[in-house]
Amino acid sequence: MIKKLKISNKNQEFLAKVEELSGEIITKCDQCGICSGSCPMVPEMDITPSQMMRMVQLGESEVMESKAMWLCASCFACTVRCPRGLDLSRVAEALRQMKLRKAIDHIDIKKLPEDEMERLPQIALISGMRKFTG
Amino acid sequence: MKKDSRVRIGVYVCHCGGNISEVVDVEEVREFAGLQQDVVLSKDNTHMCSDIGQQLIINDIEEHKLDKVVVAACSPQFQGETFMDALEKAGLSPYVVQMANIREQCAWPHYDNPELATGKAKILLRAAIAKVRFSEPLEKQTMPIGKRVLVIGGGIAGIQASLDLGDAGFEVYLVEKEPSIGGHMAQLSRTFPTEDCSACILSPKMADVPSNKNINLLTYTEINNIEGYIGNFKVNAIKKPRYVDMDKCVACGDCEEVCPVCIPDEFEEGLTTHPAIYTPFDFAVPHRNLIDAEACINLQSNLNACGNCIQACKEDAINFEDEPEEIEFLVDTIIVATGFDIFDPSEKKVYGYDKFENVLTALEMERIIVKAAEGNPIRDLGKRIGFIQCVGSRDEQVGREYCSRVCCMYATKLASLLKHSDSKRDIYIFYTDLRAFGKGFEEYYKRAQNMGVKFVRGRVAEVFGNSNNKKVTLKVEDTLTRQIIESEFDTVVLSVGLGLSKSTDKIAELLRLAKSEDGFLKEAHPKFKPVDTNVAGVFLAGTVQGPKDIPDTVAQAGAASSRAIRLMNQGEYPIEPIVAFVHEEQCDGCELCIESCPLDAISVSAEVAEINEALCLGCGSCIASCPRDALDLHLYTNKQLLEEIKNALEGKKEGESRVLVFADDTCTYRLADSVGTAKLSYTTDSIIIRVPSGSRITPKLMLTAFELGADGIFIGDCEDRTSPFPHSGQVIRENVAKVREILEEEGIKPERLKFVQFVTIMLKGFVNNMNELVDFTKKTGPIPQKKRGKLVKGINKKLFGEVYDKKT
Repeated sequence: MIKKLKISNKNQEFLAKVEELSGEIITKCDQCGICSGSCPMVPEMDITPSQMMRMVQLGESEVMESKAMWLCASCFACTVRCPRGLDLSRVAEALRQMKLRKAIDHIDIKKLPEDEMERLPQIALISGMRKFTG
Repeated sequence: MKKDSRVRIGVYVCHCGGNISEVVDVEEVREFAGLQQDVVLSKDNTHMCSDIGQQLIINDIEEHKLDKVVVAACSPQFQGETFMDALEKAGLSPYVVQMANIREQCAWPHYDNPELATGKAKILLRAAIAKVRFSEPLEKQTMPIGKRVLVIGGGIAGIQASLDLGDAGFEVYLVEKEPSIGGHMAQLSRTFPTEDCSACILSPKMADVPSNKNINLLTYTEINNIEGYIGNFKVNAIKKPRYVDMDKCVACGDCEEVCPVCIPDEFEEGLTTHPAIYTPFDFAVPHRNLIDAEACINLQSNLNACGNCIQACKEDAINFEDEPEEIEFLVDTIIVATGFDIFDPSEKKVYGYDKFENVLTALEMERIIVKAAEGNPIRDLGKRIGFIQCVGSRDEQVGREYCSRVCCMYATKLASLLKHSDSKRDIYIFYTDLRAFGKGFEEYYKRAQNMGVKFVRGRVAEVFGNSNNKKVTLKVEDTLTRQIIESEFDTVVLSVGLGLSKSTDKIAELLRLAKSEDGFLKEAHPKFKPVDTNVAGVFLAGTVQGPKDIPDTVAQAGAASSRAIRLMNQGEYPIEPIVAFVHEEQCDGCELCIESCPLDAISVSAEVAEINEALCLGCGSCIASCPRDALDLHLYTNKQLLEEIKNALEGKKEGESRVLVFADDTCTYRLADSVGTAKLSYTTDSIIIRVPSGSRITPKLMLTAFELGADGIFIGDCEDRTSPFPHSGQVIRENVAKVREILEEEGIKPERLKFVQFVTIMLKGFVNNMNELVDFTKKTGPIPQKKRGKLVKGINKKLFGEVYDKKT
């Protein structure tokens, strides 16, 4: 099924919000895809970084449901190569922030199996709590 | 004063077929004019610009012995030249007519208030009469100019310009730093989109150069110095030693066979080698041997270590004693055609140009294709070939934001040629946007698609090597399907962009040429002066002005030569008399003015400053630098402006506030005209005074205006990048800062002085700025007379401080 994209004022509001939070002019992205080709996490992602940028450009708030923004490791491989000088990690962070501000936890520590709890490094737990919140 | 009393001024008020007379009471204005000092007659007419109107002036000049004329009508930008011509016909200097702009800057913007408009028309007219009283009867000036042109750079742009100029009978010096002319075009395989063989179409043109009797071809020669100005450029060039006598050498090749040295062939992009004694390439012009001094054993060891070539040469052409030769000549105009350098892909490390042998630049691929077509293939390219587009173009990471314009099409061409010579080749072009904008480009792109060349939309992220099979892998997102491609290629071609050639920097510095943001040389106007530069008599041709293809380069070379011919053909060229001059009796040779001129038009000899009129652009920004009022500007003299200001401020009623607007001729004055034409209404409390540049208004004039009754001053100028005087903005900012400081010291609000830079479309912006200043002065009230009186007193000390003390 081909999805129909309806562009309304809400789309512009969404874009404006992400631009405000990230400080990046997202409409500057010319969709060359060098970010996606450079991204070490891309094999794990559901949408590519350039697709994430595209969805934000068009104000598709479904991008908030993507895994990609959580998988971004802020390694800046995309940022150092972007021919338009955009910092995609800031955009991913903005999207994460928009989720986090809703303050809904996705990880319930109490439900984690005990053996896993023992093997998990503390730092992983902390970042897990942070990343899977929203 | 005695002389002034003999001035006989004629005043003419135009109805403009109702445009003026429906708002302004023309009768009243005419009567008012008749009462002014030195006005001999004042008349009105429905159309002053018509033949009847002009004839009226011509007859009156004769009959009433008028020696100055004021026309109160439309903008001088509109009909100024008409009346200048009329005065010339009547035997007067065209510069003793002054126009009072009572249409665009009075009747039209004040159409809603006829009474105030009539009052303002009187003020404008009185100011014009006051100014014309002191106008100088300047003559239309011309400068002599010869027919000699220097063309720098022997690529296709320089060749075309030289041939055009030589054919038209002008004496051309074509200087090329390489041993042969031809430039980059000589290296190309074929040209897009027609696929003509590049060498085949270029070589006849190259051969035409030495056979043209008007062209002095100086190859292997570098510009050392250029001094002077239009009509008088002194060129100093160094001819590098070739160590082979050009008159004796027949390029038989005997010497090449015995030379033991082997060095990379620059023309072949280092893919092949040649001996230390060599000809640049097969169809080089001049086609003569030369010796690479850095590679030659004899020249390096300074012994008779080798000498094989001497023995082999039957013509006795080898001369190891050859030395650099200094050449000096004079030219009248210069065409800069120094071309481009390709982007160095080593800067883009992720593409592995330095690491992998099978990663090539497009220029290397050109040579490989030529060599293969000649039957001497240099290397096996394999079956799978990928092109990476935008290498060093459209990329902020390497500081090049511009599109190089030719890469999409040359990649398409190379792909087509590769496919054509072997249809089994699988060719991919990885692009961001495919730009096929030129004549026949889209069709050519389609043809390549038809042949099976695959265009993939995505900018390649990285290239890495495979140790086992020497192939390279490209990693890129196909942005149309959102898949990451990671595949092996036998050969990767980097479509490198174009940048200004390194050797241009020195030329630009010598000639004081400006650069655009993209680093290429800047044209005088992006639309109407695309081959002129900010320096009179210097023109641009080809890629030195920005990336372009061969047809555009040839067209531009033709345009540059035609613009040069336009100046030189008459033996003299007209110059504006708006240039600076020196009141010699006031000048003490302090040299403070020298640095104020960015064009170096001022010099001091025998303790008196001197203006080089050929260099002076007439901005007037030097005048503020003189503590003794010795510098001045024709047509806008200190005396004239002072009179204009005084009369613009006279007759102010109690409580009334008046703002003077100094509008630069190029942007603000035109903008004010456009505002009037658009019938945008604004305050009548502002009087617009035309100046060549805002920098003409010195701090002293500003303060004098405040002293004489101005409640606000508004200076309008062009934005720096569009100004004919790019430095003027800075000068004005400095002047304004000084005056504001003095105002503040005297307890006057510095906001009364305002400076805004405009582009000519900011109609509302102009109106708002002017209205705001008038509102501000009204709210703050008029400046008390006591404060005004202190402004100009001791002004030189305030402005020049210690320097003034020391110098006077």
